[in-house]
Amino acid sequence: MSDLALKVTDLSKTFPLAKPLFRAAPPGVRAVRPMSFDVPKGETLGIVGESGCGKSTLARMLVGLLTPTTGHIQIAGAKPDLGDPAAFGKLIQYVFQDPISSLNPRKTIRQIMEAPLRQLYGMARAERDTRIAQIFDSVNLREEFLDRYPHEFSGGQAQRIGIARALAAAPEIIVLDEPVSALDVSVQAQVLNLLADLRREFGLTYLFISHDLAVVEAVSDRVVVLYFGAVVEIGRAETIFNAPKHPYTKLLADSAPVVGRPLTAPEQKGTELPDPLNPPPGCAFAGRCPRATDICRRDDPALTLMGDDQFAACHHPIED
Amino acid sequence: MTAFLKLLFRNRLAAMGAVVIASILVLAILTPLLPLPEPNVTNTADRFQRPFTEGHLLGTDHLGRDLLSRLLWGTRLSLAVGIAAAFVAATIGSAIGIIAGYYGGRTDNLIMRGVDMLMAFPYILLALAIVAALGPGLLNALIAVAAVNIPFFARNIRGITVSLAGREFVDAARLAGKGHASIILTEVLPNVLPVIVIAMSTTVGWMILETAGLSFLGLGSQPPQADLGSMLGEARAALITAPHTSVVPGIMIFLIVMSVNLLGDGVRDALDPRLKSGALSRPRAITQVDRTSPAPATPQKGVLDLQELETQFHVGPRVYRAVGGVSLHVEPGECLGVIGESGSGKSVTALSVMGLVASPPGVITGGAVKFGGEDLLGASYESLRRKRGDKVAYIFQDPLATLHPLYKVGDQMIEAIQSHHKVSKSKARARALELFEAVRIPNPTSRLDNYPHEMSGGMRQRVGIAMAMVNDPEVIIADEPTTALDVTVQAQILALLDDLRRERGLAIVFITHDFGVVAQLCDRIAVMYAGRIVEEGPTAAVLDAPAHPYTARLIACVPELGGGRRRLEAIPGLPPVVDNLPEGCAFAPRCAKATPDCQRGEIALEGAGARAVRCIHPEEAVA
Repeated sequence: MSDLALKVTDLSKTFPLAKPLFRAAPPGVRAVRPMSFDVPKGETLGIVGESGCGKSTLARMLVGLLTPTTGHIQIAGAKPDLGDPAAFGKLIQYVFQDPISSLNPRKTIRQIMEAPLRQLYGMARAERDTRIAQIFDSVNLREEFLDRYPHEFSGGQAQRIGIARALAAAPEIIVLDEPVSALDVSVQAQVLNLLADLRREFGLTYLFISHDLAVVEAVSDRVVVLYFGAVVEIGRAETIFNAPKHPYTKLLADSAPVVGRPLTAPEQKGTELPDPLNPPPGCAFAGRCPRATDICRRDDPALTLMGDDQFAACHHPIED
Repeated sequence: MTAFLKLLFRNRLAAMGAVVIASILVLAILTPLLPLPEPNVTNTADRFQRPFTEGHLLGTDHLGRDLLSRLLWGTRLSLAVGIAAAFVAATIGSAIGIIAGYYGGRTDNLIMRGVDMLMAFPYILLALAIVAALGPGLLNALIAVAAVNIPFFARNIRGITVSLAGREFVDAARLAGKGHASIILTEVLPNVLPVIVIAMSTTVGWMILETAGLSFLGLGSQPPQADLGSMLGEARAALITAPHTSVVPGIMIFLIVMSVNLLGDGVRDALDPRLKSGALSRPRAITQVDRTSPAPATPQKGVLDLQELETQFHVGPRVYRAVGGVSLHVEPGECLGVIGESGSGKSVTALSVMGLVASPPGVITGGAVKFGGEDLLGASYESLRRKRGDKVAYIFQDPLATLHPLYKVGDQMIEAIQSHHKVSKSKARARALELFEAVRIPNPTSRLDNYPHEMSGGMRQRVGIAMAMVNDPEVIIADEPTTALDVTVQAQILALLDDLRRERGLAIVFITHDFGVVAQLCDRIAVMYAGRIVEEGPTAAVLDAPAHPYTARLIACVPELGGGRRRLEAIPGLPPVVDNLPEGCAFAPRCAKATPDCQRGEIALEGAGARAVRCIHPEEAVA
């Protein structure tokens, strides 16, 4: 399998808690529970889940900003040094949610764009200028922007600059962490279309993290649904929300506001996430699940193949 | 830079300080060139000459030395030592602060506990101890003063660095392959530099004073060399017989410290970004109303009626026309959706209703807001205050920001009731409990005693809704109440609002950017662009057959679940900035159907029945 862009094996992250003076250290918060998945080259993998499900922790581990507690990451056949962002830099890049705050307010766009070229590739001045011109051309930005400062740009333009910076490192994979959630809908569509064009042009692989199911469905080949730090379902974008196997995926799909669907509260039971300091045994979703039985509160279900290419972690999956 | 100087000199005291310290600095620099007698030549025959005697403008001291000469040379030395100490303290202190703040964890702990220990000593004792250990002398005094001030810089700079180190651009630099040293020097330092400069400008006067203090005690400059502190110290013995020998250096110290502090405060205020908007004062309790035309006399429609409302922001010479003539009304039990992108003026419209737009810079320049037969824009503050939260209530986007973090949510609810109605606390609490049940908060009794941070986002927004409902208002204005929430929670909050308005006949003005939400909740919608309504009508009619090209294209932009992978429709270009709107239709530059007519003259909002559109080439005929 040489055409895998990303292979993640048993990746997990536990944030330690402060050790009390006289007692043993508490077990820590498991932000991401061990998970494994593959992403073939050229694919867009959507990652959805609600706040607190571990999306951002996963993303930060994948780009090396956080050191995983267990597991390893393999990018395009290479195993970068975990926890060293510079080693990850040429292989994988990150586009941040808030486009303005990801740009240093005291640097010109040129200085921001030059950093990856100089640090990762050691390019000379003339070479850098041509490369920046190429990249700016492909993200539809004018070169005169290069000598301005970040506060002079609108959110949509700043996000293009963020994407341009990620492209400058010529990575295999780009992790897009809620790249359009801070943008207006009319601008959001521009950025999403740009991303689709760039993927084709440069043969990129995307990990697209978002809480907006409709956006994820529109851009992704496959979608991973996270809940409470674990993968609950993986499947093709066309089928996962239309024919969900896991009750949580169904809840998400039913909650998304859709023009023409009458307003219903899809869930009236407890809506709180489980306490991360004291996780329940068994399936984390059992407390909110209409299908939960005793086995759900006892055993944590494993991710199993259901249907042709859909995986779900559920004892009582929804049958077609 | 010129803007900075302008702002600085608008503060009279700072300007005065700047002039005084500048003249003293010039004098100090020019001292070696001035025709002064040698400062250290003694002439005991001429001791204690009064000021203005022949040859000695300021008189002489106990050894007959010329006081003017000693004063200028002493000032030169004191300033040099004070400024040098400030630089040393700022450099070392900031370096410590940046390192502690950037690395965090154990490094931070170790360094900051050391700094705390340094701070635990009274500063003058510490300075004395340092000089005692190193021996007296001006250089050692400088070291002592600098060392004593390091903790001040370290603590200040560490705090700022901690927040910077967590910022996304630092992560981005890491991903661009930069090492720690490079990130500290090129990413963090430029952002903390202004703070270091401000801290220095406010402390340099203090350091001059401390150096003078050490010299006064005989631990700084050694005789015969003059600095301001040692001059005072030597004159102490003759304080009664020859007061001028103490008064002269005393006045100089006073002038220096005073002018430096005034200037420092001025610099700090001028660099404060909050003051750059031109608003030096606190916002008023009610938005300024300055109508250029008489209020419309049209009778009120519905329960709340906005007529030709215009709200502007006056920032310096610029006028932002945030709301440019908006007319809206809402009937009892009706939900009106106001939809638009950021900057379309939808929130400003909502805040204008109860005079909640911050003023300055906001000014309501025209129109009327009719409620209960009265024009709210002409109402007094007291009458408006009685209606805020009682007759017209707001629900905001971020309940964590609107609930007070230090009070229990129950107490905040009780306060909201008691500020409008004279009821006992227990009655108010019962009412709060009843509402918590109405908004379906589980375990309402115990939840009343929770602090806002103990609740999840969805629960907090329920509290926000309960608080808006607390006085049985007639109208609720909800400004993006579900934008910050997860979809599963959003669905519940929307269902709750829908039930409440049906049960209680509430009128809701629902402001959002999300068509899906509008479609599910609202009876009628108004679409805003660049401060004006471009289309309005019953929800289903507008969504099924949008008449304005903007509405049509905006709806097409929104991906809908169930559509599969596809290319999205986008609107080219950006929404206009409202300080320089083109004539005619603001959407014309982005519109595919635009003709030259579109940018010529005013286009009216026209229509029949419930539907209206502001377009001369509508997609659908609105008849």
